[in-house]
Amino acid sequence: METYSLLREFADSWMLLALFLFFIGVVLFVMRPGSSKTYRDVADIPFRHEDKPAAAGDIPARARDAKEA
Amino acid sequence: MLNYIKLIVLGLITLFALIAANFARDLAYLVNALIVAAAAGGVFLWVLRGIDEPVVKRDLSGEYMDGVVRAGVIATAGWGVVGFLVGVIIAFQLAFPVLNFEWAQGYLNFGRLRPLHTSAVIFAFGGNALIATSFYVVQRTSAARLWGGNLAWFVFWGYQLVIVLAATGYLLGATQSKEYAEPEWYVDWWLTIVWLAYLAVFMGTLVKRKEPHIYVANWFYLSFIITVAMLHVVNNLSIPVSLLGSKSVQVFSGVQDAMVQWWYGHNAVGFFLTAGFLGMMYYFVPKQAERPVFSYKLSIIHFWALIFIYIWAGPHHLHYTALPDWASTLGMVFSIVLWMPSWGGMINGLMTLSGAWDKLRTDPIIRMMVISVGFYGMSTFEGPMMSIRAVNSLSHYTDWTIGHVHSGALGWNGMITFGALYFLVPKLWNRERLYSLSLVSWHFWLATIGIILYAAAMWVTGIMEGLMWREVDANGFLVNSFADTVAAKFPMYVVRGLGGVMFLTGAIIMCYNLWMTVKSAPAVKSAHAAVPAE
Ligand code: HEM
Ligand code: HEM
Repeated sequence: METYSLLREFADSWMLLALFLFFIGVVLFVMRPGSSKTYRDVADIPFRHEDKPAAAGDIPARARDAKEA
Repeated sequence: MLNYIKLIVLGLITLFALIAANFARDLAYLVNALIVAAAAGGVFLWVLRGIDEPVVKRDLSGEYMDGVVRAGVIATAGWGVVGFLVGVIIAFQLAFPVLNFEWAQGYLNFGRLRPLHTSAVIFAFGGNALIATSFYVVQRTSAARLWGGNLAWFVFWGYQLVIVLAATGYLLGATQSKEYAEPEWYVDWWLTIVWLAYLAVFMGTLVKRKEPHIYVANWFYLSFIITVAMLHVVNNLSIPVSLLGSKSVQVFSGVQDAMVQWWYGHNAVGFFLTAGFLGMMYYFVPKQAERPVFSYKLSIIHFWALIFIYIWAGPHHLHYTALPDWASTLGMVFSIVLWMPSWGGMINGLMTLSGAWDKLRTDPIIRMMVISVGFYGMSTFEGPMMSIRAVNSLSHYTDWTIGHVHSGALGWNGMITFGALYFLVPKLWNRERLYSLSLVSWHFWLATIGIILYAAAMWVTGIMEGLMWREVDANGFLVNSFADTVAAKFPMYVVRGLGGVMFLTGAIIMCYNLWMTVKSAPAVKSAHAAVPAE
């Protein structure tokens, strides 16, 4: 088979399936249980370090939450 | 030691550029070689002057690198005005052909100025906005200083050099005739180097981030940087005819070349003008509204859906050509599917304001951002419609496409950039507030009315000329000659030009307002230690 037909056939079948499954996987991953809490936290990222970088000793927010829990 | 190596390299570049200028085979190459020599020579002198100065090692990891963002903000505003001005000029050249002055033929006629306009607005205005905001956002959302020290400055100045080389090249006739990828081979090579440095700075900052999660805006920026690198390299595969001339020959030919070009062209829209600017939306809209994005889950799905679908939509630029039918159908289907993630993103941006709608009344900057997202929604509804083959047979080659382009470009890219600039300038120059909010309102209304005049005029003339072209009489002969349609378009061309003048006026008002903010607005009373000028 010429390269063109070979690639065409692959793209139309397995590659398409793989990309589609990956995408469905992302959607399911986003909906995983407990994600709402995580995402509420990360949605706040823009409001945290407006003026200067986190200092070396800073514990990242999520790690801190995990410790408290 | 490093400085000596720099001097040697810069000296060699200057020397070779001068030799190249001496043997140049065409004018554009000659001028570009002289510009390179001047740039390298200038940096040479600058390095030389500081060569044996004692280096003060200061720990900068406790502050953000904002100098380069400030420079980017200035460049964005400046190039914006230049690009809009050239847009206004070519708009009036179309309405009044005498403006293609006889004495300037071959330099300042429509054909030479049009690519200058498109590159100036997309790559100089939009590109600088993207680089500056991405540097700002990635630092804030990673809680880390930019990686790579002065590499960020290299990216900034290297990119300005690309712009100057491309612009002078166009006016003198160096072009590889690929829309939005006109610059010739040596500019392409240089841009590749600059872009990889940009990727390195951005990735490096992400790698050393202190926030465990990569905020969604950075995903959009990163996809924009990576995809543009890929598109740029593949679409610019060409072989120079001579190392001493600007001409090059494309590696692809025929329909393959056309498909590669529009794979590039469409994803320039998709990743440069959309994904990158969505990164801006996901940071600046929440910041200005002072509330987190409406749905973070939606933003992740938005991201993956957008990048998975955009890549396939290019063939809608090549309906009814030698492209195989399956490819054109594929492009059409994916374009229609693209409507959904686009509107998902729009809803996410707009709903971020829910509970704070009153801000629309009081805050002209939020108003700008909202209208920008609104225009995004409009052009991403129009686009899928135009990619349906039957609709495209009417819209293709007409001003409808131009209207679509500018409702996206002026409305979405322009307005969100203005909003970001208004947000950034007080922060970056440590000012309490903008110089004048009523000038922002003036800008808002001038720009909005300008866009509406522009888009409405183009819809009318686009559909009109499309219908005139296909009109046949009872015997099957065409009713109108091409010149008839051109004559019929005249009033709309004038209206479009006036819309452009209003948009340009708004941008000039913005520059004045930002300048006065830096010069005379009260400084923030030292709540946090003053940021030292870099
Ligand atoms: C003052 C504002 C502007 C005016 C008056 C203006 C005017 C024009 C004109 C007259 C053309 C040529 C149309 C033709 O060939 O028939 C054009 C093309 C174009 N402009 Fe603008 N423009 C403006 C702002 C912008 C901005 C801000 C952007 C992008 C961010 C932009 C992107 C483009 C693009 C991509 C094209 C090529 C369209 C195509 O080939 O289909 N313009 N513009
Ligand atoms: C769902 C999203 C979109 C789709 C499906 C879409 C579709 C299309 C179609 C069908 C055309 C006409 C092609 C032709 O007949 O030659 C077109 C042209 C164009 N669109 Fe869009 N569009 C979308 C969004 C946007 C946005 C948001 C922008 C700008 C910010 C934009 C910028 C352009 C440009 C610059 C052209 C002109 C290309 C040329 O030079 O011929 N598009 N688009």
